[in-house]
Amino acid sequence: MRYAMVIDTLKCVGCSDCVVACQTENNVPIGYCRDWITETVDGTYPNIVLELKSERCNHCDNAPCVRCCPTGASHIVEGGIVLVTANECIGCGACIESCPYDARYQHPDGYVDKCTFCHHRLQKGQLPACVSVCPTKCMYFGDLDNPNSEVSQLLKNRKHKTLAPEAGTNPHVFYLI
Amino acid sequence: MQEELFTSGRNIPNIDPSLQIWHWPISLYLFLGGLAAGILFFAALFYILNKEKTYPTAVKIISVVPPIALSLGLLALVYDLNHKLYTWQLYTTFRIESPMSWGAWVLLIVTPLSFIWTFSYYREVYPGLESKLKLFQKFKFLNTFEHFIIKNRRHIAYALIPLALILGVYTGILLSAFNARPLWNNAILGPLFLTSGLSTGAAAIILLSKNTAERHLFGKIDLALIVIELALIAHMLMGYYAGSQVQLEAMQLLVGGDFTVMFFGFVVILGLIVPAVLELMELKGYKVPVIVPAMLVLIGGLIFRFVMVEAGQLTRFLY
Amino acid sequence: MTTSRRKFIKISALGVGGLATASAAYNMFGTTSFLNTFSAPNNSKALKRTATYCEVCFWKCAAWAYSDGEGHIQKIIGNDDDPHCNGRLCPRGTGGVGMYNDEDRLKTPLIRTTINGEQTFREASWDEALNVVASKLKTIKDNHGAESIALLKHGCPGWHFEHLFRAFGSDTTAEPAFAQCRGPRETAFALTFGSWVGSPEPTDIRDTKCLVLIGSHIGENMHNSQVQEMSDAIDNGATIITVDPRFSTAASKSQHWLAIKPATDIALLLSWMHVLIEEELYDKAYVEKYVYGFDELKAHVREFTPEWAYGITTIKPEEIRKTARAMAHAAPAVIVHPGRHVVWYGDDTQRERAIAILNGLLGSWGRRGGFYLKDSIAIPDFPHPEYPKPKWDWRDIGENYPLAQMGLTNEIIKASIPSENAKYPVKAWMVAGTNLIKSIPDTIQLQKALEALEFLVVVDTMPMDITGYADVILPECTYLERTDIVRSATNREPSIAVRFAAVPPKYQTKPGAWIAKEIGMRLGLEAYYQYDDFDEVVNWQLKEMGTSREEMEKIGVKKYPRQSGSLYLNEDEVHHFGTASGKIEFYSHELKDLGFDPMPKYTPHPEPPQGFYRLNYGRSPMHTFSRTSNNPNLTDLKKENDLWVNPKVARIIGLKTGQRVWLKNQDDIISTFSIKVRVTERVRWDSVYMVHGFGNDNKKLTRSYGKGIDDTQMISRVFTDPIMGGTGMRGNYVSIVTENPHKNEAI
Repeated sequence: MRYAMVIDTLKCVGCSDCVVACQTENNVPIGYCRDWITETVDGTYPNIVLELKSERCNHCDNAPCVRCCPTGASHIVEGGIVLVTANECIGCGACIESCPYDARYQHPDGYVDKCTFCHHRLQKGQLPACVSVCPTKCMYFGDLDNPNSEVSQLLKNRKHKTLAPEAGTNPHVFYLI
Repeated sequence: MQEELFTSGRNIPNIDPSLQIWHWPISLYLFLGGLAAGILFFAALFYILNKEKTYPTAVKIISVVPPIALSLGLLALVYDLNHKLYTWQLYTTFRIESPMSWGAWVLLIVTPLSFIWTFSYYREVYPGLESKLKLFQKFKFLNTFEHFIIKNRRHIAYALIPLALILGVYTGILLSAFNARPLWNNAILGPLFLTSGLSTGAAAIILLSKNTAERHLFGKIDLALIVIELALIAHMLMGYYAGSQVQLEAMQLLVGGDFTVMFFGFVVILGLIVPAVLELMELKGYKVPVIVPAMLVLIGGLIFRFVMVEAGQLTRFLY
Repeated sequence: MTTSRRKFIKISALGVGGLATASAAYNMFGTTSFLNTFSAPNNSKALKRTATYCEVCFWKCAAWAYSDGEGHIQKIIGNDDDPHCNGRLCPRGTGGVGMYNDEDRLKTPLIRTTINGEQTFREASWDEALNVVASKLKTIKDNHGAESIALLKHGCPGWHFEHLFRAFGSDTTAEPAFAQCRGPRETAFALTFGSWVGSPEPTDIRDTKCLVLIGSHIGENMHNSQVQEMSDAIDNGATIITVDPRFSTAASKSQHWLAIKPATDIALLLSWMHVLIEEELYDKAYVEKYVYGFDELKAHVREFTPEWAYGITTIKPEEIRKTARAMAHAAPAVIVHPGRHVVWYGDDTQRERAIAILNGLLGSWGRRGGFYLKDSIAIPDFPHPEYPKPKWDWRDIGENYPLAQMGLTNEIIKASIPSENAKYPVKAWMVAGTNLIKSIPDTIQLQKALEALEFLVVVDTMPMDITGYADVILPECTYLERTDIVRSATNREPSIAVRFAAVPPKYQTKPGAWIAKEIGMRLGLEAYYQYDDFDEVVNWQLKEMGTSREEMEKIGVKKYPRQSGSLYLNEDEVHHFGTASGKIEFYSHELKDLGFDPMPKYTPHPEPPQGFYRLNYGRSPMHTFSRTSNNPNLTDLKKENDLWVNPKVARIIGLKTGQRVWLKNQDDIISTFSIKVRVTERVRWDSVYMVHGFGNDNKKLTRSYGKGIDDTQMISRVFTDPIMGGTGMRGNYVSIVTENPHKNEAI
């Protein structure tokens, strides 16, 4: 079992529903977020390329945040999901410094927080909140170890990329391009 | 024209637009850790070399500094933690891949040892104080304890040498282990911080020493360390220069950006080159007030930690 | 009372003691408990789900509100069976919780009063406020007739007050949704196909092979099912053609982006028709069977070659031909989208006619992948006596615009400015659920009307700008706190959706239904309110429709079989269109008889002078205009609008991204607030762009006050559509002011 998220940048309109859905699902305080939208524009009018995409923790295979955590609060659970145990976290910030994606933040209560792939929903057989609300259905979620899963098929058949692959983290959020 | 922006989300406190996760206490902590490591290293080394009498400052007198430095450093570290009530979690596990965990455990061992080292010279160095406090009369067990320590001083010294080196290297590795911060992410930072720590340790000894021979020796040591440190800094910059785009941009902060004045002005010139020249002049027999180069080295070392911690957090991966 | 009596009150300044304490108390307890719930694990509590439909925008997606039933709403999730959302709400719907949680909400009824010569608001009990409203309405009715009281409304509260007004004898109603938004397309499509486009639009996007967007920015407007279906269309490999001077999100998803010169769309549409007809690419059988006036059209567009259009639109002839062929290739599974906010240049009905005719040529109306034949189910009226017939109503006020299909806000506003021998004098307004200050262009005329009114009562959930002009403010609870009218909308399949209260109303707020009824009872209209509680009405209606409250509480949405026949035109039958000729009218005698062009013509529009840029405005997917601009969840996504400036322009003026600037329009109106520049290639060099709905001027809106510029403030010149009275707003030009023009003004 290896969970992965695949996001189709050709469909994403950057509406940010994933961001709000995450906030309300996971009680992310106002002013913080576990996922976000970026926009890149290239070219000169009228020859322009626009890419919108939803970003979050990449649940890396080679997760620097897990390696540098002094207490083991940051850890990897089944399916390759990187989680933080709030009451083991001392708030040292090493993991935040270590993340090439700046995907972690200090929760106002002190511990470090980030995307969990909605682990609590997965356990109930539900999709992550962001995936389940996306109006453009540009987000897919599933098991990469299963060659027949939607995500495996998409990655097999479509051109894709990951973010900052040169960081050597082996991210598990993929972008169809 | 190319544009990259956050459409929504982000603008998170202390994360955007650049990281502000580690603040002044971390810089201070790294400086004090390096200083303590340097002092403890020299104390243990010259004790093992049986130079206790020749170099009393290095072995005995200055031994009061490391416990204070380490205590302040630890306080600073805990002060910068965000989930302080859970600090004890550090000591429920040892994470071999985590520099922070190494640091926590090394400090747990070094700090008491530094107290013990100081304690073993307490009656010898501060007889006046003891005659006032009369601690050994009030608490009889202290006599047994002191006796036991003095008997085992050599063992402690042997332990302190590697521990001090680990502590000194650790202050650099804490930063260099982060792939995500290109300014920090180079193998030189560990040795560089260690060298800088030893150099500040030597400078502190010079500052406290009233013995010309001792001052000269540590002047020479410090000079050598400064030369090594300059070489390591040059090496570090060359590494950035030969590195990827992100490292080039990181280097830009030091050589042509917001931190250039601080880095070259205060760290390289005032903190290294000027004291080196002054120390050299003193060794050649010119009259130089020793306090000047020593203070410059110490301040330069402190500023160096501030520059690296602050500037490093401005650097990030591009994607 | 003098006319200057209605001074705008920024609600922040009022009720010195009372309100301040109220909000302080709320901060002490409310916010803390808010934080506590945040830090609690989200799945620890058993949440109950309540059927509702969203009221953050007009799309009205059915949803489930997950709450503890008392005072905490955890989340709102779309209803899987709802054709408006298919189980997926948009960010605003998901962020609807913020509407409920917003601590800046109106909390108690407020009455305008004068203390030491200063106008301010004071808190009042519901009883007192309602009595004031009722007695004022009665007095004005006695003096001027009930017709002189106008209702300006939007959304669900509008429905309740419309009932009240009609019972009271006034049908002087209007909503900005017509003359400031989609009016021209409804008139144009009614003229051409004998049917409104309506909402949601009956566009069969999910099955289309070619989607043509004329200035419509699906994806930035989150018209939910349309956004979803456009995504399906992308998956299905549909061709998307976007005509927009700005590189919209939709343009970035398009195979063909036609970066048109602003205000020249009709030329492009005419030349497309030219290509389709000259190259015989149009749907001949369809045109033969259904169209009236093809020959006239053929003759009409003969001269409008792509080369002719090139000179006007700056779009290359081969690009025009290529896109026309792409449409024809996909036909009839092609949609030339009518758009939604289409009041641009004053000839909007004609432009929409051109769009309708183009669809007719392609044979897309009533075809799979084109426009489906929509259907809906009627909600039975709770029994009440006939409404009295007013002496005059919205139709009379809008008499200068013969084809207006609904009341015209702008005409009601004009009728409210006293003048000698006014035919239809309007003396008082009720404004429900619409922030006129942000929706009506020509602010000066609006201010004049507001000052002249004898009475203004505003019903809203938030202290929007318009509340500052009110004599009485009635705080409505949000949609999450009330049982409301049953939603029935046009779709592929008829369906209804219900809204029940998920939590009790917060503060002293009340549902619109309750407010309307209480006013009605005080006006002696008991006969129209033969029930205790609006729940009774809904329960009765549901029973009449063969369901029950119990069932609807469980399912939220119920679908009904189609009554009107097939979803698409049946090839074996001849469909009768609702026009005079029963056919699709390319040539309109109705227009001709009224003195308008029977077929659309291109007329040049004025262009910005040196140093000025055309002000274009649009939407952000995270906001519903000013309605959501203070919503804590949604401001978290987007706090303020920014001014898009082409890099060439930025270089000339010396602008940098992030710099704050002010705007000054062609009539020397200077923006109250500043806006951040965004230098971007996505906008043309002759225009600037911003998202509508920001620049709130009410300090009580703590998150949105003074954030960005209100584009409406800059729209002082209006090009009125002579056919249906729409207010064309895209003919305003701004210059960019880099120094604070308000620096020396007394504060």
